[in-house]
Amino acid sequence: MLKYLEPLIETATARVKFEKITRRGFLGTSGAFALAAYAVPARAFDTYAVGGTDMPHGIVDDPLIFVSIDADGTVTLVAHRSEMGTGSRTSIPMVMADEMEADWSRVKIVQAPGDEPKYGNQDTDGSRSMRHHIQMARKIGGAVRTMLARAAAEEWGADPADVTVEMHEVKGPAGQTMGFGDLAAAAMAQPVPPHEEIAYKTEDQFRYIGKGEVQITDLHDITTGDAVYGADVTLPGMKFAVIARPPVLGGKAASYDATQALAVSGVESVHEIPYISAPPLFAPLGGIAVVASNTWAALQGRDMLEIEWEAGPHGEYNSESYMADLIAQSENPGTIARDQGDIDAAFASAAKTFSGTYTQDHMAHIPMEPPAAIASYADGKLEIWAPVQSPYTTRTDTAKALGLEPEQVTVHVTLLGGGFGRKSKADFVTEAALLSKELGAPVRVQWTREDDVKHSFYHTTSAERIDVALDDASKVTGWRHRSVAPSILSTFAPDEGNMLPIELAMGMTDLPFDLPNIRCEHGKALAHTRIGWFRAVSNIPHAWAVGSCVGELAQELGKDQREMWLELIGAPRTLDPTAAGLPDNFWNYGEPMAEFPIETGRLANVLNMAADGIGYGEDLPEGEGIGLAVHRSFVSYVACAARVKVADGRITVPEMHMAIDCGFAANPERIESQIQGAAVMGMTVALHSGITFEDGAVLQSNYYDYDVVRSDNYPTVVTHIVPHPFSVHATGVGEPGVPPVSPAIANGLFAATGERRRHLPMGVDA
Amino acid sequence: MTKITLNGAERDFDVDPTMPLLWAIRDAAGLTGTKYGCGAGLCGACTVHVEGEAVRSCQTSLGSVEGKAVTTIEGLDPAGNHPVQVAWRDLNVPQCGFCQPGQIMQAAAFLTETPKPTDDQILEAMAGNVCRCGCYQRIVDAVRHASTGI
Repeated sequence: MLKYLEPLIETATARVKFEKITRRGFLGTSGAFALAAYAVPARAFDTYAVGGTDMPHGIVDDPLIFVSIDADGTVTLVAHRSEMGTGSRTSIPMVMADEMEADWSRVKIVQAPGDEPKYGNQDTDGSRSMRHHIQMARKIGGAVRTMLARAAAEEWGADPADVTVEMHEVKGPAGQTMGFGDLAAAAMAQPVPPHEEIAYKTEDQFRYIGKGEVQITDLHDITTGDAVYGADVTLPGMKFAVIARPPVLGGKAASYDATQALAVSGVESVHEIPYISAPPLFAPLGGIAVVASNTWAALQGRDMLEIEWEAGPHGEYNSESYMADLIAQSENPGTIARDQGDIDAAFASAAKTFSGTYTQDHMAHIPMEPPAAIASYADGKLEIWAPVQSPYTTRTDTAKALGLEPEQVTVHVTLLGGGFGRKSKADFVTEAALLSKELGAPVRVQWTREDDVKHSFYHTTSAERIDVALDDASKVTGWRHRSVAPSILSTFAPDEGNMLPIELAMGMTDLPFDLPNIRCEHGKALAHTRIGWFRAVSNIPHAWAVGSCVGELAQELGKDQREMWLELIGAPRTLDPTAAGLPDNFWNYGEPMAEFPIETGRLANVLNMAADGIGYGEDLPEGEGIGLAVHRSFVSYVACAARVKVADGRITVPEMHMAIDCGFAANPERIESQIQGAAVMGMTVALHSGITFEDGAVLQSNYYDYDVVRSDNYPTVVTHIVPHPFSVHATGVGEPGVPPVSPAIANGLFAATGERRRHLPMGVDA
Repeated sequence: MTKITLNGAERDFDVDPTMPLLWAIRDAAGLTGTKYGCGAGLCGACTVHVEGEAVRSCQTSLGSVEGKAVTTIEGLDPAGNHPVQVAWRDLNVPQCGFCQPGQIMQAAAFLTETPKPTDDQILEAMAGNVCRCGCYQRIVDAVRHASTGI
């Protein structure tokens, strides 16, 4: 736990307590310090508990770990989170630089290797980067600014309270000035000030935070081809490998003949990779690796392998019959995950009931950059270059696979050509590590797109059934949601078919509706492939079901969608976990409920913003309709209003308005880009993304049968960001845009055509 | 031995001429701005110019461009300031950035051929280039921006 947060996390009074401490510090007792330029006493920096401290290795806020200053004044900041397109590699250092009063044009960013004991948690997922690090980044920046001022005060024999720091320059009371570079050595030798001694900037003093004017640090290199991604590292003597993997999880090569593969010019050797055992973890699937002097030779060699595959225990996995089982189960009671009021009585006394079943196929992430990794093993040391979301897990996993200690492994993190959850799982890196050890040479393992589509860690497949009880005034009195889906847990532990509380809480047990009787249940579903997390995870099927059901209720009751949503959401209130019957193990994205409650007013507000923005309720041409959906996830609130138009027999979505309430908007420009991206990915989820299995193997291969939204059918997105002061803590951005999009499109399709689709993907043909 | 002019300089490739140009550029010439995304001409991440025309280098054999001028993202402009590159930066187009060299090469060739495109022409010209991050809105805006002559 962060030392500076310890006194602050007891209750909601934490903020008051903190302000007093700051105030005392500012007033200048011994050892206290303040800078005149930032002499704003109260609410200078609201800080409160976030879940970051509970993550493995927590949060490190030591400026000596993250900041160095060169004699020429260059400030080097460490980015410890992986960059996969969200902008965290820029935004977190930007917060440090602002609080430090560093000139952004003189800031250099270096990427941390995988080293959580040093840098704190590095798992770049869960929409946590800004949420868990905005306070840490301000503290680091504020500490360095304080150290610079104290060093200058010592130099000048001045009172530190009379020293100001502004845009890379330190100024004394007699007009003295020194640059950051002049003070670098003395400043960094100062004791690191505790939180109470740092006079934080006030919001009106922010230069970069909240402005959205800082461009991503890799922008120039991206446009010139100089940005380095996973496959872009080349080492002297490096070999190139591709691997033929078992088509079915847990399968093996019963026999293989590599004669023809070895005859391909450039192919050097063929190796068997150890096969996976249950549970799969992030271990390689096994298979036959072809090693060559270039990628093309390796690919040709792989084509020439003759392999007899044994299917193993999951060879009977067929999506069609599996889905039928999921649906059948959803028709019967399951394990209760939330119970509020008396749902049975609600149905017994209902004047009318409504039922809807909403289903989803598996999905693969297909980041533009397929998995690729470089490993170099020599003299008992392993060095890795890889595009991974979880560099420290990558380090411990590869160490274990090679029988090394983590200290013997270095993981350099390249840019990620997209991640979306796939690159949290470093099976592809372990493949490279095993091969490098066997070859005694550096090796790059390249996955093809087909490898990526056929061997992912798939988003779950699910059947969601919602039953609604209505009274004789057509008011909803009961809501029962049953979810049946294989769990991510199956990837880590012996599979008993049950979902994790974290999966249930992503859009099901956290239902924010103002209803007297709510029950959530889940059935059992054994996994037959590797289930992993995909951007927004279980929120996708749950929001799909809830949002579609709300649309159907509106349709049944002859209400407009907005009216239906607002009636169900009810009056603005903070959800009371006890009264709502939330389970004891309820998961609030790892955040304390006291600081990050479920607030229905914020939900209704974003819904209204999106609906008003798109002009919901106005007349539309024939064949067009607007769909609405709203969803809270990753502690943020996002609404989608989608205008759906059927054109030439194809479902198009010319326009979307997305409204997001993510607390304080630290970098609005990147928030907008994430929301635009989420709209497109949500539309791809709605129309295209279906991974299906036959005899245990994935049927899809590449973009021709697993397509995505392209530039000829993308939505023009207007993003509305709810403005908040810094004291409303920043929450998730990367993922929460995705879940409301598919139900909004389904509701819009119904409004356009009168046709209701209940399965994802819906297909693009109208 | 296959001889091509790569980014203005003559270069000999001592590899199998059936090798896709993509792998010749990446593995043999060591230029990594050209990306592998699908290997099937479906995503556009590997787009380069052959004699000024945008081609998918994963679907073009090295041998087929013998004696021709090939331009990759690294050679589009010596200072990286081609109007399309500038437009991309002006509008903060990229998220992860992986597909963007291919998008930029596609857009640059398209604008050479169609300097004043309509929006429909832009959408059609760019439809073969996938961006999984979903930057299309900014990509299309940037192509339009570049076409106004920066």
